[in-house]
Amino acid sequence: MTTTSSDLSDQQLAAKAVALRREMLQLIFRAGAGHTGGGMSCMDILNALYNRVLRVSPETFGDPGRDRYVQSKGHCVEALYTVLADRGFFPKSDLETVCHYQSHYVGHPTRHIAGVEMNTGALGHGLPICLGMALAAKMDRKPYRVFTLLGDGELAEGSNWEAALGAAHYQLDNLIAILDHNSLQITGYTRDVMNSEPLDEKWQSFGWNVRSVDGHDYAELGKALSDPPEPGKPTFIIANTIKGKGVSFMENNAKWHHRVPTEEELEQALAELDEAEARLKEVTR
Amino acid sequence: MSAPAPSMYDAAATAVAERLGLAKGKANLEVFAATLEELARENPDIVAVTSDSRGSGKLAPYGIALPGQIVEVGIAEQNLVGITAGLAACGKKSFGVSPSCFLTARSLEQIKNDVCYSDVPAVLVGISAGVSYGALGSTHHSVHDFAVLRAINNLIVVAPADNFEAREAVRAAAASDTPVFLRFGKAALYDLGDAPFALGKARVLREGDDLAFIATGETVVHCLLAAGHLAETTGRQCRVISMPTVKPLDTEAVLAAAAECGAIVTAEEHMVHGGLGEAVAGVVAQSDFHPAMRIMGIPDEYTVTGSQADIFRHYGLTMSGLAEAAGPLLEKRRPAPTPA
Ligand SMILES: [Mg+2]
Repeated sequence: MTTTSSDLSDQQLAAKAVALRREMLQLIFRAGAGHTGGGMSCMDILNALYNRVLRVSPETFGDPGRDRYVQSKGHCVEALYTVLADRGFFPKSDLETVCHYQSHYVGHPTRHIAGVEMNTGALGHGLPICLGMALAAKMDRKPYRVFTLLGDGELAEGSNWEAALGAAHYQLDNLIAILDHNSLQITGYTRDVMNSEPLDEKWQSFGWNVRSVDGHDYAELGKALSDPPEPGKPTFIIANTIKGKGVSFMENNAKWHHRVPTEEELEQALAELDEAEARLKEVTR
Repeated sequence: MSAPAPSMYDAAATAVAERLGLAKGKANLEVFAATLEELARENPDIVAVTSDSRGSGKLAPYGIALPGQIVEVGIAEQNLVGITAGLAACGKKSFGVSPSCFLTARSLEQIKNDVCYSDVPAVLVGISAGVSYGALGSTHHSVHDFAVLRAINNLIVVAPADNFEAREAVRAAAASDTPVFLRFGKAALYDLGDAPFALGKARVLREGDDLAFIATGETVVHCLLAAGHLAETTGRQCRVISMPTVKPLDTEAVLAAAAECGAIVTAEEHMVHGGLGEAVAGVVAQSDFHPAMRIMGIPDEYTVTGSQADIFRHYGLTMSGLAEAAGPLLEKRRPAPTPA
């Protein structure tokens, strides 16, 4: 039987997110590679998923009735590894080897890693895969849900729109696509590179139930991710996020798409995160 | 008055087929659809996924008989492969069925990543493959599919030569824990005997030591006819090897042919680049045997306009063309090296 994750309050999740961001930056620094900006922007989404929403745990990962999560924006693997390790899918010490010679921890998710459902990294693949998974759940009359995380730059891939049609056609209300809407991609602002707005109207017109939230607010995120679907409609959550969230000099800066911090930058970033943690403790006290 | 439908088999080839006792079968596509339906009736986890292709895949009766075990995705081949992979990842035995020309080009990245790299037990079925679509032209031909799929890790690539191979290949694919690609044409085929079938194994259809024909898919029968014709006209005995599995290649059978026959003619309904012929050449070139070789297939050009039969004749993939290609090799046949 699948179990839900721990019952952390919004404040506890926010405190955990600071620790997760710290660990992810250290991971990227050690690996000498990584997608820093996007990892920071989607960390709260992953934290909410794995520590509140998903009915999956290290113990139930082999259960056919578990919720599925496929990270379509596979390049933000460092955020995923950090959250999975924290959740106990594998020892945190494994993360010492990310991207190192002969490590199983590749720079994109693979099923060799406990907790990873599918190998991703080429963009525009997660949603069609999740459509198939959600169909399988419906065919087997199983109650599991299927979640995917998309990047906003990724939405220029046409395969997403094939799946957008298909998921609505098959009324897959067990499918939830989350958009990490940080408005940036490697070249710059998504609206300048290839504008995909207005996203809410587009997805609504494709037949999806659309929910727009602050992607760093656990109350909003938790509600959007957990509220029951509109019957017969897949759910599209526009999580408005900040690329590089949590470190002032990384925020809203496309340069940090896949830049690895120098030792000085890492120290500065960690210091900022320490301050944020102290402020959170002040609030919760 | 319309011209009679062109045949793969001229009067001479038909006569050889008769003397070899070959019986006429159906199109492999029909056998695929019937076998899949048979299996799906027993296994409710079998799901066919189609991209507006159930008609061309001969799956319309399947769709009527088992409406809960077919998923239509519309004309969207990338989505087709992603969905097929997702179904397989969640316990379904999914068969993604689409014309090979689209399936193996447009959705190649989904094949590579979602199916093969993720290692889900999905089956991809390239229908109306090779030059089955004839005069519809190069957009509809898949003479690249072996080449691109051979270059992808973790995929068994199978092109059955007759109804028996087709039936066995579908069954083997349904039982496989790893990804399989099946390639079917729509021409009626001769039955080529009952040599046993297994994934990854060659089938020796005819014994002989003067030359080996190694072929796959719908060209195999023409090699068998060419061998019959050569035996009748020259007394030379040519081995005929059906190689339903293009990857992984049965290297043992290839090396035995190289060692014992000293001359090899390969044939395939595929471009000469990257297909069975080059796979065979790669094996023998790195062996102690250096047989004379000729790779028969479509040259590096846009395929001549015509029916599948016209195209086969044009590129020498029929009995007379293959016998002609074998001629010079039979003349200069090199003996196998004697061990030191
Ligand atoms: Mg972005």
